[in-house]
Amino acid sequence: MKTAIENEKPKKTLLKLEDGSVFEGTSFGYEKSVAGELCFYTAMTGYPESLTDPSYRGQILVPTYPMIGNYGVPSDEYDANGVSRFFESDKIQCQALIIQNYSEQYSHWDSDRSLSAWLKQHKVPALCDIDTRALTQKLRDKGAMLGKIIFDDADVEMSDPNKRNLVAEVSATEVRTYGNGSKKVLMIDCGMKNNILRCLLRFDVQVKRVPWDYDFRGEEYDGLFVSNGPGDPAQCKATIEHLSWAIAQDKPIMGICLGNQLLALAAGAKTYKLKYGHRGHNVPVKEVGTHHCLITSQNHGFAIDDATLPADWRPLYVNLNDGTNEGIQHATKPFFSTQFHPEASSGPVDSMELFQRFVNYMNVKA
Amino acid sequence: MSDEIKKILVLGSGALKIGESGEFDYSGSQALKALHEEGKFTILVNPNIATVQTSEGVADRIYYLPITPEFVERVIQKEKPDAIMLSFGGQTALNCGVKLYESGVFERYGVKVIGTPVDAIINTEDRELFADMMRSINVKTAHSVAVSSIDEAMEVVRTIGYPVIVRAAYTLGGLGSGFCNNDDELRKLAEQAFTFSPQILIEESLKGWKEIEYEVVRDQYDNCITVCNMENFDPLGIHTGESVVVAPSQTLSDHEYHKLREIAIKIVRRVGIIGECNVQYALAPDSEDYRVIEVNARLSRSSALASKATGYPLAFVAAKLGLGYGLDEIKNSVTQCTSAFFEPALDYVVCKIPRWDLGKFDGVSKLIGSSMKSVGEVMAIGRTFEEAIQKGLRMVGQGLHGFVANTVNIPDVDYELRNPTDKRLPAIAIAFDMGYTVDQLHDITKIDRWFLYRLHNIYRMKCELEAIAEARTPLADCREAIDKAKRLGFSDYQIGKFIIKDASVSPHDKGLQIRQLRKQWGIVPVVKQIDTTAGEYPARTNYMYLTYNGSKNDLSIASQELSKHESVIVLGSGAYRIGSSVEFDWCGVAALKKIQEMGLKAIMINYNPETVSTDYDVCDQLFFDELTLERVLDICDIEQPKGVIVSTGGQIPNNLALLLADQGVRILGTSAESIDIAEDRQKFSQMCDRLGIDQPRWKELTKMDEIYDFVDEVGLPVMIRPSYVLSGAAMRVVSNKEELADALQNAAVVSQEHPVVVTEFLQRAKEVEIDAVAQNGEIKCYAISEHIEYAGVHSGDATVVFPAQKLYYETIRRIKRTAKQIAKELNISGPFNIQFLAKDNKLRVIECNLRASRSFPFVSKITKFNFIGMATEIMLGKEVEPFGKNFADIDYVGIKSSQFSFARLLKADPILGVDMASTGEVACIGDNYYEALLKSMLSVGFHIPDKQKGILMSSGEARSKVELLEAARLLHDDGYTIYATSGTSKFLAQSGIETEEVHWPDSAEKPNVLDIIRDHKIDLVVNIPKNHTERELQNGYLIRRAAVDHNIPLITNARLASAFIRAFSEYGSDKLEIKHWAEY
Repeated sequence: MKTAIENEKPKKTLLKLEDGSVFEGTSFGYEKSVAGELCFYTAMTGYPESLTDPSYRGQILVPTYPMIGNYGVPSDEYDANGVSRFFESDKIQCQALIIQNYSEQYSHWDSDRSLSAWLKQHKVPALCDIDTRALTQKLRDKGAMLGKIIFDDADVEMSDPNKRNLVAEVSATEVRTYGNGSKKVLMIDCGMKNNILRCLLRFDVQVKRVPWDYDFRGEEYDGLFVSNGPGDPAQCKATIEHLSWAIAQDKPIMGICLGNQLLALAAGAKTYKLKYGHRGHNVPVKEVGTHHCLITSQNHGFAIDDATLPADWRPLYVNLNDGTNEGIQHATKPFFSTQFHPEASSGPVDSMELFQRFVNYMNVKA
Repeated sequence: MSDEIKKILVLGSGALKIGESGEFDYSGSQALKALHEEGKFTILVNPNIATVQTSEGVADRIYYLPITPEFVERVIQKEKPDAIMLSFGGQTALNCGVKLYESGVFERYGVKVIGTPVDAIINTEDRELFADMMRSINVKTAHSVAVSSIDEAMEVVRTIGYPVIVRAAYTLGGLGSGFCNNDDELRKLAEQAFTFSPQILIEESLKGWKEIEYEVVRDQYDNCITVCNMENFDPLGIHTGESVVVAPSQTLSDHEYHKLREIAIKIVRRVGIIGECNVQYALAPDSEDYRVIEVNARLSRSSALASKATGYPLAFVAAKLGLGYGLDEIKNSVTQCTSAFFEPALDYVVCKIPRWDLGKFDGVSKLIGSSMKSVGEVMAIGRTFEEAIQKGLRMVGQGLHGFVANTVNIPDVDYELRNPTDKRLPAIAIAFDMGYTVDQLHDITKIDRWFLYRLHNIYRMKCELEAIAEARTPLADCREAIDKAKRLGFSDYQIGKFIIKDASVSPHDKGLQIRQLRKQWGIVPVVKQIDTTAGEYPARTNYMYLTYNGSKNDLSIASQELSKHESVIVLGSGAYRIGSSVEFDWCGVAALKKIQEMGLKAIMINYNPETVSTDYDVCDQLFFDELTLERVLDICDIEQPKGVIVSTGGQIPNNLALLLADQGVRILGTSAESIDIAEDRQKFSQMCDRLGIDQPRWKELTKMDEIYDFVDEVGLPVMIRPSYVLSGAAMRVVSNKEELADALQNAAVVSQEHPVVVTEFLQRAKEVEIDAVAQNGEIKCYAISEHIEYAGVHSGDATVVFPAQKLYYETIRRIKRTAKQIAKELNISGPFNIQFLAKDNKLRVIECNLRASRSFPFVSKITKFNFIGMATEIMLGKEVEPFGKNFADIDYVGIKSSQFSFARLLKADPILGVDMASTGEVACIGDNYYEALLKSMLSVGFHIPDKQKGILMSSGEARSKVELLEAARLLHDDGYTIYATSGTSKFLAQSGIETEEVHWPDSAEKPNVLDIIRDHKIDLVVNIPKNHTERELQNGYLIRRAAVDHNIPLITNARLASAFIRAFSEYGSDKLEIKHWAEY
C-alpha cells in the first residue's frame, strides 16, 4: 500500500472564462498558463482514464464530482501487447483540470503516485477550491465555453480547439500491429482509447492501427474499425473520403464516438455541435424500436443529425434524455457505429457485447 | 398487463424495531403514491398507526391489523384484491408473503404477486440455494461449510485457509462463535462450540475487507440500472446497519466500481428481480477479489438511504415497474424531462451515521459487530467528506459537536479502537491527540486510510485553530482560518471553543460571536440542490442542502423575494431514537400539508433518511440539513420565513425554541417563554404550586445526606434520576435502602454540576394522558387516554387505551379542569400533552409538554380528527371552532401497544421501567377493549399460546399474584398447562389451580425453568419482576432473557398479562373482526 502526504504552500490563481467571469482556485498541478475549451463531465470515478482520453484533447476538464484524487494514480506499466495497462493513451491529453476539492492524501493498493505528482510530471495545470457546480451550471446554460488559466500574470490567448485538427494531434503517426489472431482488423486511429484495443485483442484478431489519414484502400482486412477522437468530425476530410470508399464495399465496419460521426458523414449525413455535449457514465440510450436500454459512457460534443441520414442508413440507438442520435447502422451491410463508448474505461461496461457483434460479422463474412 | 389489475393489496412493516424502522413508511408511502397515480385501488395492511402511509388519502383502504398470514388471508378473503405487493414492508411483509404463497393462499384467491416473483425471493433468502445460484453464474460467495466433528473442521480449513470464523449452528446470540488463526485456536474454539451445538459452520474470514453495496433496479424488459453504490467506512465485520456509510464510494477505482456494478446486474438478472434489489459485497483491500455477502430482494434500509442520497425515488419507480412499465417509459421525477432509466450522478458526498441508544438498557453489550443494535440513523450531505462527517456527528444527537471539540471520556483508547463501540469516532479523534498516525490507526481498525486522512485533516484544522489561540491572534485576523474551518465542516461552536479563550464567555456565546464575525466577512453557506444529474440538466427539485464548499446559491433570488414572509419552516424530528420516532414524522408531514393548504410555502428541515418528511414532494422546499441553532438561523437568513414551527418534531425542535427566539426568530404558536416554563422543572413546579395543581414531591439534590433526608420525608419507593451514570439505565425506581444505595453508587458523581433528582413514587397509581390543542390559552380539542399498566412503566412503553375506558367521571373532570388551567396560564396556542397520575380520585401532574406528543397520530386516527391540522391552523393565526365531538360517544376502542427489540440487544434485561425501552408501536381498533387489545398485542409479536404447550407463570410479589389469579383460572379452565415457580405454584394451589412446579434457574433440581424454555415446552412467559434480593433479581433476569433468546413471548407486567390472557380466552383470533378504518 502506497500513500503520500504532500505539504507545499498552495498557490492561488485565476480561471477566466470567455463570458468574462472569473473564478479563483488553488493550484495543485503544473504551473503554466493555458487556454482551452471548458467542458464538464459527470462521472464519479475514472480520472486517470479520463485525463488520458485523447477525445479530451484541447479541453479544460471540469469533473462535477467534488473530491478528486482519492485513489491516486496507477503505474505506467504496459501489458503483453505493449498497451498501457491503466491509461487510455500515453499522456495526459486535456489542457487542464478544474475541481472542487483535491485529495492531497490518496489511498489505493494499486496506485503509485498522487494525482498532483502525475499532473506535474505531464506538465498539466490543475485548480481546486472552485465551485464546480456553479461552473457546470454556467456551461449548461450558456453552452461550452472557452477559458484560460493564468499563472504569474503570464497571459495567454483564448483558443478554440475545435478550429484545429485535433485528430491529427492525437492520432498515431505510424502503422503498428498488435496481436496475431486470425482476423485482421484495420483500426483507423483518430485518437483511439487503449481500451478499444484491449477489448478487440480478447478475440482471435490482429489489429493494424493506422493514422487517421492513412489510405487503406486496397489494403487487405476482415473488418474496419473507426475509433473515437476529439473535436469536430468535419476536420477529418481524409478519413471521410476513405470511409466513403469502405462503405461501398462489404467488409464489416464498427465505429465509436467520432467514428460514428465520421461514418455518418461518409454516408452523406450531417453533424452538428451540441450545446454542451454528453460527458459522463450515466447516459441512457435505447435501441431504436425495442425496449432494450443501456447505460453508457460518453464523451462527445458533436452529434449526427438523424434527419439527414440517407435511405439505406438508420438510427441504431437514441439518447433517452434528449433524443439525440446514439448510433447508426446500415440497412443491409454489416456496418454499425455507436456514439457512446462500449469499451467503457472509464464507465459502465453494459454495451461491451458490441465488440462481439463486430467479431461475429467478420466471422460470418469469412 | 397492468390494466387487468385494479385492486392491489400492499403490506406494511408493522411496528418499528431494530433492523426495521421508518424506511418502510417511506417506501410504502411512495409505492402507494405511484399506484394511486395509475388509478389503482389500494388496500394497506399495517397496524403502525403513527405512520404517514396509514393516514387518510394515502391508501384507499387501511386495515390496522397484524401483518401475519392469518390476518392477511382474512383481508384477502374479504377484499378479493387482484394483486399483492410484498416488497415495500421489509422483512415482515416478505416473510408473511412467502408463507401465504407456500400455503397456496394466493393461488386459492387468484391474487397475483406483482414485482419480484416469490420464488426469486425464496432463492435469495436461503443460504444454500443462493450460493448454488451464484456458483451457476460464476459469482463468488463466502465459503461456509457445516461440519460435525473437529477432524472435519480441520479438513475444511485445508481448503479455505486461515483465518476462519467458527459459528455454532442453531444457537442464539453468537454463543460459541469466533475467529481462529491457526489449528490450536480452531481446536479450542470448535471444542467449545460443539458443546452448544452438534453442528458448526466453518467460514472464511473476510474481516478487514471493504464493504460495498449497490442498489439495482430491473424492469420486465431486463433493463438494469444501479442507482447508487455505497461504501462502508467501517470494514467488514461491522453490520452495514451499524456502519458509517458513504455514497458514492470513495476509495474504489473506476475498474473496481464497474466490476462490482457489472456483477450486481448479473446477479439481479439471474435472480429475476422486477423492481429493486440490494447487493452487498466484501471487497479485498489489496486486490480486486470480492465476495457477495447478501442480496435483499426488496426495498431495504439501504435503498431508502440510496433514494435520499441520490434523489432517485426508488420505491416509486419499483412500484411502477411492478405494474409492468419499462424503465424507459417512466420519467425522472426530479428533472421531469429526462428518463428514469439512468444512473444518478452525485456532486456531493453523503454520510450515514447510525444512532444507538444502548445507554437505556441494563446489561447490554456496547460492542458493535455483526448484528444490528442501532435504532435510527442520520444522513449528512456535504461537498467534502470532512464537512459531511462533522455535520453527521452533530446530527446523531449524542452530544458530539463534530469530530473534534468533544468531551468524551474513553478510558482505554487502544482497547476501544480494537473493540469498536458507538464511541469509535471520538476514539479516533482522541487517538490523533495521543499521537497515533494514520498508518497505525489503519492497522488497528482496518478503516481505509483515505477516511482516516480526511479525519486527520479535521484534526489538523483543530490544531491550527488552537495554535491561533495560543498565539493570541486577534479575532479580526482569523478570517482565513475560519473560512477554511467552515469548509471542513466546523460549526461556529467548535471554532469558538478553540479560538476564543476567554473563560468568562459561555461556549454558546462564543459560537454566536463567531457567527456574527463570519457573517460580516461574508462567510456564509450556500444552498445547493440535489438534482440526480450533477447539474447537467436543469431540475425542478426543491431538495436542498447547505455547504461552505461553493460560491453560488442554487436558489434563485427571485424565488426568495417572492417567498419572503410567505413561507413557514417546520423543524423535523431528527434521528429516530427510543422516545422519538415515526410519530413525529407524521406530525411534521401533517403540519406541512396544512401549511400548503393554507396557501403558504411549506419548508422542512430534517436529516433523517428514513422519513416521509424528507421526501421532497411533501413540501415546497426541503433542507436536508442540521437541526442546530446555527443551521436553522442560516436557513432563516436565506428564507426570511413568516415563522418557525417547533412543536411537531418532538424534543429536538422544542429545545431550540428559546435559543431561536433569543436570536429574533419568530416561533409560531405557543411562545418560547411558555415552552421554557414547561421544560424547566423548577419553573413548572412553581407555576403548579401557584395554580394549586398537585405534583409528586421531588427535589434536585447535590449531596448524599440531603438525598437520604428527602427519602425519609417522602418515603420509599422513590424515583432516582442521576445526571451521570456509570452504566445501564439512568432512571430507576428504588423501593428499599439497599437499592437506593446501589443506585447512588451507580451515579458516578453527585455534585453541584451533576445533581440527582429524587421524586416521590406512587404505587398502584393509574397513568392518564391528555393530548390537546389550544388557541390563546383555550382548549379547542382534546383526547384523554389511560394506560393499562400502573405508573412506573414509561408512557412510551405502556399500553394505551383511547378513549379511556375505566376512569371515574370525577377524574376526567379534574383532568379537564387542570388542563384548562395550564393552557390558560401558559397561553398555549398549539399542541400540548399532559401526563397525570390518578389514584383514589386524586390527580397529580407528572409531565407537561407544549408540543405534539407521541400519541398525537394515535388519537387523531382514532377520532378521525387531525389534531395537528387544527394546531397548525392555530399557529398560523386562523381562528378555529372547537371540535365538538364528545369522545365518550366513540363506540369503538383504540389500543396502542409497544414493540420491544430486546432480542437484538444481547444480554439486555427485557424489563420495563421508568426509562423508555420500546423501539416502536402499533395501534388497533376493536369494537371493545379486549378485541382491540388482542389485535394490538398480536401486532407486536405476541400470539395466542398453543394449547399443546404450556404457559410459564412467575408472578412476583403478593399483589401481582392476586392480580394474576383470575387470569390463571381462565388458563386453567381453558386447558392450558401452567408451569409455575415455587411461590406462584403454592399460591395458585391454594386457590385450587393446579400447576406444574418448575425450579429457579440457579437451582439444581429438575425440572428447571430454563430447560422448559429451551425445549420450547411453553408458548408464553409471564414473569413479574420482584427485586428484593440479588438472587431473585438474577433468577428473574435469566428467565426473561431466556424467553427473549428463544423467541417466546414475554410479559413482565401483571395488569397487561391478565388483560391479554382474558382477551385471548374470550376471543380466539377467528372471532376478531376484519374491519377497515372507515368501517369504524
